[in-house]
Amino acid sequence: MNWAGLYTVLSGVNRHSTAIGRIWLSVIFIFRIMVLVVAAESVWGDEKSSFTCNTQQPGCNSVCYDHFFPISHIRLWALQLILVTTPALLVAMHVAYQQHQEKKLLVLTGHADPKHMEEVKKHKMRISGSLWWTYVCSVVFRLLFEAVFMYIFYMLYPGYQMVRLVKCEAYPCPNTVDCFISRPTEKTIFTVFMLVTSSICIVLNVAELVYLVVRACARRGQHNSNPSSGKGSFYGHKLSSEYKQNEINQLLTEQDGSLKDMLRRNPGLQEKGDRCSAC
Amino acid sequence: MDWGALHTILGGVNKHSTSIGKIWLTVLFIFRIMILVVAAERVWGDEQDDFICNTLQPGCKNVCYDHFFPISHIRLWALQLIFVSTPALLVAMHVAYRRHEKKRQFRKGDQKCEYKDIEEIRRQRFRIEGSLWWTYTSSIFFRLVFEAVFMYAFYFMYDGFQMPRLMKCNAWPCPNTVDCFVSRPTEKTVFTIFMIAVSSICILLNVAELCYLLTKFFLRRSKKAANPKQHPNHENKEETKQNEMNELISDSCQNTVIGFSS
Repeated sequence: MNWAGLYTVLSGVNRHSTAIGRIWLSVIFIFRIMVLVVAAESVWGDEKSSFTCNTQQPGCNSVCYDHFFPISHIRLWALQLILVTTPALLVAMHVAYQQHQEKKLLVLTGHADPKHMEEVKKHKMRISGSLWWTYVCSVVFRLLFEAVFMYIFYMLYPGYQMVRLVKCEAYPCPNTVDCFISRPTEKTIFTVFMLVTSSICIVLNVAELVYLVVRACARRGQHNSNPSSGKGSFYGHKLSSEYKQNEINQLLTEQDGSLKDMLRRNPGLQEKGDRCSAC
Repeated sequence: MDWGALHTILGGVNKHSTSIGKIWLTVLFIFRIMILVVAAERVWGDEQDDFICNTLQPGCKNVCYDHFFPISHIRLWALQLIFVSTPALLVAMHVAYRRHEKKRQFRKGDQKCEYKDIEEIRRQRFRIEGSLWWTYTSSIFFRLVFEAVFMYAFYFMYDGFQMPRLMKCNAWPCPNTVDCFVSRPTEKTVFTIFMIAVSSICILLNVAELCYLLTKFFLRRSKKAANPKQHPNHENKEETKQNEMNELISDSCQNTVIGFSS
């Protein structure tokens, strides 16, 4: 399981996203994950081995590195990207559930041929009803995770800048020791780059949220003025009325059957049965 | 997510590109990305470890390396390649949007839609005209801009494209001036020049594609101006209007008949 595996998992979600959601996914994979893998990881590759302190005291190097870098940028970004991309799986699960329901409906109404089943799997779900809420929650969680990580970054590495020199006085370093960081400028460039793309993703998420809310309000307004034009799932609209009719027919035949049984067992109820035959 | 994944993503765009666009994509993947991955990364692999300064002062090497190499060539090329290849995704998005519209038309059972099934829509290659032409041209323009910006950034940061053997450094904490030696300078110069040359070829290909698209556009326009009646879009518009009129007439006739019968 690596970034490619995550890409495979999330590509499926892409189909049921809005246009802004697809752009967001492309930005995440190309400008963040790909840059992390092909460029940033090699910049931070020698961060510990090239962290040099002006001392010969054993252990001072390790202690100072640990003091100034509680968690490396690379690992923080990897965690951030994983947490930010996984709310989309909520949507994937909901879509899978809805598809399962539609398949069950098809089976119940006798349309369970392979062609219809394939159609259910292939068609794009409309983001409405409960799926809308799931989608909005996933976008809100994404925003939350992005903000939290940006804040953590700011707290751990104030100003987002990587300095060349840090002064360390942790035991066992004697007095104050100068420690030099490897490639600070390159690291600052990449930190700023990742920060900018993170902000772009936040803006895209906010735009998507606004778009979803506006669309829902517009649809509601349209619904109020034209109640008969409501559409549910792909087959839901076509089949729901058929399904309801089938249910009614079933209930009627069952009732008829149970009534006949009752009359057979209690002939005295025949008159009542005659009166009730229209129920 | 690596260069292979980018190749998969951009392979799809290839279908809707011009011939020059396809050549450009091939040059990008074979002469730039592949060279970067199989050769250049090895050359720059030990750039910091083998960057040696004539001093025992701890920290001097780090500081001098950072001073002379604010961002490594390899990373700059990786960023350049990512930025240069992504405008093609604009075209991919536009094509996907057009396909989606055609599928919607097909599903609605629109008689204007000339496709036999959805598979045909999926396989169809769109002509670069109309709004797609503008998207395509913008993507080429952005590619050119990114290539130029990165070449300038290279030139600006490394004062030309040559890698010197020796650098003199006097940044703190180095005592006075210290000689620092770069690892594999000649090999790095060779690869830098190679990548610059291929970058220039890509710029030329993009300019050629832009000229080709503009020429095609103007030719098409002049053909349209010379023969307005034979233009297929014009014919379709006429047919559409006639279809609409026919529909309106038949609807009103039906209503009239129903009205009479009731």
